[in-house]
Amino acid sequence: MNAEDKQKSDTIISTKDLNVWYDDFQALIDVTMDIPEKSITALIGPSGCGKSTFLRTLNRMNDLIESAKTTGSVLYRDQDIFHSSMEVSELRRHIGMVFQKPNPFPMSVYDNVAYGPRTHGTKSRAKLDDIVERSLRGAAIWDEVRDKLRQNALGLSGGQQQRLCIARALAVQPDVLLMDEPTSALDPISTTKIEELILQLKENYTIIIVTHNMQQALRISDGTAFFLLGDLVEYGSTDIIFSTPSDKRTEDYITGRFG
Amino acid sequence: MTRKKQNTMQENIKRKRVERIIHGIFLMLGLITVGCVLLITIYLVVSGIPAMRTIGLKEFLLGRKWASTAAEPKYGILPFILTSIYGTSGAILLGVPVGFFAAVYIAKIAKGKIKWLLQSAVGMLAGVPSVVYGLVGMMVLVPWIRKLFKVPDGSGLLASIIVLAVMILPSIIKVSVTALEAVPPEYEEASLALGATPIETYFRVSVPSARSGIAAAVVLGVGRAIGEAMAVMMVAGNAPNMPSLFESVRFLTTAVASEMSYSSGLQRQALFSIALVLYFFIMLINAALNFFLKRGNVKKL
Ligand SMILES: Nc1ncnc2c1ncn2[C@@H]1O[C@H](COP(=O)(O)OP(=O)(O)OP(=O)(O)O)[C@@H](O)[C@H]1O
Ligand SMILES: [Mg+2]
Repeated sequence: MNAEDKQKSDTIISTKDLNVWYDDFQALIDVTMDIPEKSITALIGPSGCGKSTFLRTLNRMNDLIESAKTTGSVLYRDQDIFHSSMEVSELRRHIGMVFQKPNPFPMSVYDNVAYGPRTHGTKSRAKLDDIVERSLRGAAIWDEVRDKLRQNALGLSGGQQQRLCIARALAVQPDVLLMDEPTSALDPISTTKIEELILQLKENYTIIIVTHNMQQALRISDGTAFFLLGDLVEYGSTDIIFSTPSDKRTEDYITGRFG
Repeated sequence: MTRKKQNTMQENIKRKRVERIIHGIFLMLGLITVGCVLLITIYLVVSGIPAMRTIGLKEFLLGRKWASTAAEPKYGILPFILTSIYGTSGAILLGVPVGFFAAVYIAKIAKGKIKWLLQSAVGMLAGVPSVVYGLVGMMVLVPWIRKLFKVPDGSGLLASIIVLAVMILPSIIKVSVTALEAVPPEYEEASLALGATPIETYFRVSVPSARSGIAAAVVLGVGRAIGEAMAVMMVAGNAPNMPSLFESVRFLTTAVASEMSYSSGLQRQALFSIALVLYFFIMLINAALNFFLKRGNVKKL
């Protein structure tokens, strides 16, 4: 695959000179990055380098942090997400998010998945049933919860909860899925399940995933971005980043001599 | 055994004894509380039952006429019971929506100075003595009702309801705010990330998550309203009529308070019976409160 060409042809999110501050502390420095559609992009780097900040900027979840200030631009399908005409809730509907810690609502499994569609106006019971089943199947958890749809989601295991959260995100039919260390709280079996799931989701979604697990990045991602102290040090196809990185710092980090 | 070891053993025994004594003191203090409750309960039951017996339970609870000082006295407390129930329900109907939205606003929407201002106002409202509520109600609210509705006297059930509604606001708001602020932010983030607007998030996620705390707040409000005497005494008019919005009415609380000082004999005993009925209502409300608190994530207040 010619990474250069592919990125040019179907970029879905593109940041330019993106800077984010928390009060006086600069968490992202001039990050310029094009993310291709229907691919998996991994964000790696030591703790505190700004991966979550970058991710949360893409769907403007960072707006919730009062001390955060942002400059530069982020284009989603060529639209400036910071433009005043951009409806934030609409943006988040297109750019979904899965958090590091599974955070299902304290409601039934069904209501969790139906939450998004209901909020966006779907009332028909049959339609909701259909969306719930499709989303749970999509998140590879249908077989485990089909008999527990009316039970409280907090009673599921951590791995099931995380897949339920993925199903809940899928239910609003997003375009992009942001995942912040989605497997860091899970056991190896659940992790494998979610990795397989992410690979499947690539067919229809663009996925940007933060991970501290180098093996995971290597296993599932097409492109990898290495951050260090708010800088995007190196970004390219995963194969190249992991085999022949051009920056010494990338190599040090990947080989574990660092951070 | 070495001397040192012996010493430490003696130390230990001493410390254990001190522990036991302190434990005993705490237990005693705790028992004093329990003792007070028991004492009040027993006293009320013992002094409240005789009049009910003499008058007849049905006659007493369902009698529509209270004329304790008449030549042929009547002891029916249905007017008081209904007034207390209607008055409390009215106050809840009026106070809960206002308190609820105020709580959502304070807990979730208001920021900085405005939040501080609102919270201080609620705190001050909670600290206003009930006689002051009564005074303001009497001097401002009652004449206002008289003029607005063109009735001969503004005091009555409506004035009481309004005063009670304001009085229960602070406890409803405070308890609801506490419950709403205890909702884990992850829930709200998840909702926002799904494309829900902030307002949608508050009402579809935050409020349902805090519902047992909010229910507890309402029950607490009911308890305050039904137990209030001083303020309603000043705006209710205090005649033992069956409840009606613009007529002088008497509550269970004020029925006891207004006749106690000059009562005697069966009349006095009947007042104790009224207190017992009131006590019964309060116990019911307490049970409801405990039920909601146990079910919910809110701390006991
Ligand atoms: N709400 C905040 N207020 C102030 N500083 C913050 C805030 N959130 C993050 N930071 C700072 O910004 C920097 C980047 O944080 P971020 O969470 O993006 O790092 P990260 O790469 O995701 O780290 P990790 O791998 O540990 O999750 C850190 O130095 C952090 O201390
Ligand atoms: Mg992070």
